[in-house]
Amino acid sequence: MGAGPAGGGAREDYSGLVLWLPGPSYGTLCRRVLSLTPIAGWARVWCLDGMKCLVTGGNVKVLGKAVHSLSRMGDELYLEPLDDGLSLRTVNSSRSAYACFLFAPLFFQQYQVATSDLDTLRCKIQMKSFLSVFRSLATLEKTVEKCCISLSSRSSSLVIQLHCKYGVKKTHNLSFQDCESLQAVFNPASCPHVLRAPARVLGDAILPFSPALAEVTLGIGRGRRVILRSYQEEEADSTVKAMVTEMSIGEEDFQQLQAPEGVAITFCLKEFRGLLSFAESANLPLSIHFDAPGRPAIFTIEDSLLDGHFVLATLADLDPHLQYLGSPELPRTAPQLQAHSSSQLDDFASDDIDSYMIAMETAAGSSGSRAQPPISLSPGFQTSHDPSLHADEEAEPSTVPGTPPPKKFRSLFFGSILAPVHSPQGPSPVLAEDSDGEG
Amino acid sequence: MKFRAKIVDAACLNHFTRVSNMIAKLAKICTLRIRPDKLNFILSDKLASGGVSMWCELEQENFFSEFQMEGVSADNNEIYLELTSENLSRALKTVQNARTLKIKLTNKYFPCLTVSVELQLSVSSSNRIVTHDIPINIIPRKLWKDLQEPLVPDSDVSIYLPVLKTMKNIVEKMKNISNHLVIEANLNGELNLKIETELVCVTTHFKGLGNPPLASQSCRDRSPGELTEVHIEIKKLLQFLAGQQVNPTKAVCNLVKNRIVYFDLLHEDVSLQYFIPALS
Repeated sequence: MGAGPAGGGAREDYSGLVLWLPGPSYGTLCRRVLSLTPIAGWARVWCLDGMKCLVTGGNVKVLGKAVHSLSRMGDELYLEPLDDGLSLRTVNSSRSAYACFLFAPLFFQQYQVATSDLDTLRCKIQMKSFLSVFRSLATLEKTVEKCCISLSSRSSSLVIQLHCKYGVKKTHNLSFQDCESLQAVFNPASCPHVLRAPARVLGDAILPFSPALAEVTLGIGRGRRVILRSYQEEEADSTVKAMVTEMSIGEEDFQQLQAPEGVAITFCLKEFRGLLSFAESANLPLSIHFDAPGRPAIFTIEDSLLDGHFVLATLADLDPHLQYLGSPELPRTAPQLQAHSSSQLDDFASDDIDSYMIAMETAAGSSGSRAQPPISLSPGFQTSHDPSLHADEEAEPSTVPGTPPPKKFRSLFFGSILAPVHSPQGPSPVLAEDSDGEG
Repeated sequence: MKFRAKIVDAACLNHFTRVSNMIAKLAKICTLRIRPDKLNFILSDKLASGGVSMWCELEQENFFSEFQMEGVSADNNEIYLELTSENLSRALKTVQNARTLKIKLTNKYFPCLTVSVELQLSVSSSNRIVTHDIPINIIPRKLWKDLQEPLVPDSDVSIYLPVLKTMKNIVEKMKNISNHLVIEANLNGELNLKIETELVCVTTHFKGLGNPPLASQSCRDRSPGELTEVHIEIKKLLQFLAGQQVNPTKAVCNLVKNRIVYFDLLHEDVSLQYFIPALS
């Protein structure tokens, strides 16, 4: 810093404004000053080196809901203040799903980020710890008036202060780890297919599905109807088949439907429910951008104060049974779809059980057991995983899972901000600029 | 082999849903027998069910506005199929707001019972169509003989049951103390539930229950106060009681000394018989 002029003064240097003041020198530790509060002849300097955000009113609950939504996906929350707002991100353990909520500065009563070194403001916190602050949404709504999240460059804990009614103040100190920026490389604009509907429409659409259902297939069927169908992986040696549930919705319920008949993707329903429940509570429309099976599907919501992006991997191989969603050349073209919508066509043409029955009788023979004749089930899926391309996002050498995820979902490629982009989707806008090399 | 039926009345749909919920609680996997005039849910007394068996019967015309079936052959105009009962109850649960419900036998990717409804949540929304394909196993003719209506043995005592919810609460607590209990009753309207362990004996007495008219001569010869007892597994009794979400229109308990307890219930127009064998 150096000694300043004896009488006090100010000097601008490359890192901001530094003030030398008579009396107690508040300013000596700060590299950038944000506000001055003149008090009785002394200039009181308040310096921020870090981040401070203040959320008030109903937005506290919104923030809480976003955290709940993220908690359904991943075990760690990545918090990073950016110029365009505060981002909260997570990724699931098999790297097949990524979620990001970005809260614009206007979402906050105060949003202040001041640091010379952006790297120090990125942190990774245990999701459980972060969630515990916002665990009871009802309590948040009733008692919390303000929520202040602050992070100092120098400390190793994130401080969340809840200012509640009756002067109660709850302070949470959450320890965190430094990390690199978590980013998934994706671009909704590069997806050829889009559909958009009020969250409520989609919420109603998934009601018939069991809460335990892991995966669902979304596609466009005959008559431009949007079809959601339960997806269950066939186990080769399993004789117990699962119930198949299908919901078909008319095109008119969608604000935008830009996809031809026959396209379909299969993704994790559980992770989708996370964003859907947030969108329903915020009463926002939800957009789904998707491409061919195997390419990630991007689910987005936005309004003037926030936006959310969930990127979910999709199954690379489509269940052959699903191929009937529109493609005419397969033998079992689905009179079913038509039959459901017009009862006049409801005949028994598709109820071809007789041939099955005959086969049953002759195959059973003398065994007396209720063995099913061998129906060939859909061929087992090839596990498709992306073996190579995810970069460390830890600062320190850590055990980033290098083994392919056991699930059949392709793990999303995460472009490290430092590594060259090998994205299969080509160069795409990254969310934050490279932080290598500060001026 | 064909089957298709339609329910257009909300009350019938609710009732059918309640029946399927009850079946789901009583038997994990059960047989559905379809005949031109009735439907039966059957659980036969195999090892898998621990000797418990169930026979539930409903007249199809009390539920369905349309009902068409074609059995295996002209002289065997029946269909026997096996399904996981929970699937049916779950499918019906999600379609409660529907105006009409269709059920039919299909062979989409595997033999199924397909339940489908049309829903219209509001005037402005489109027609939603929900379909559930419940996988089934067709039961071959040679096994039908094991799935016939059970011969009901002459009972030593028949008695009307108390409020089933009360009985269930008591048996639930007893389950924590012992694995089996003794159920005994007489022709004076008295029913006792007894458990006994090394440390404790607990008996619950129900009085004033009433007995149905005497069915057979052997009953008439008994002295009214004489108690007949049957020793059964608590779990089986509890499973039966847990399945009765609504208090039935009629509920009779029949005891055959040291052999079997069987319950004869009527839920409006649906009859249920449930047999629990005695412990040897």
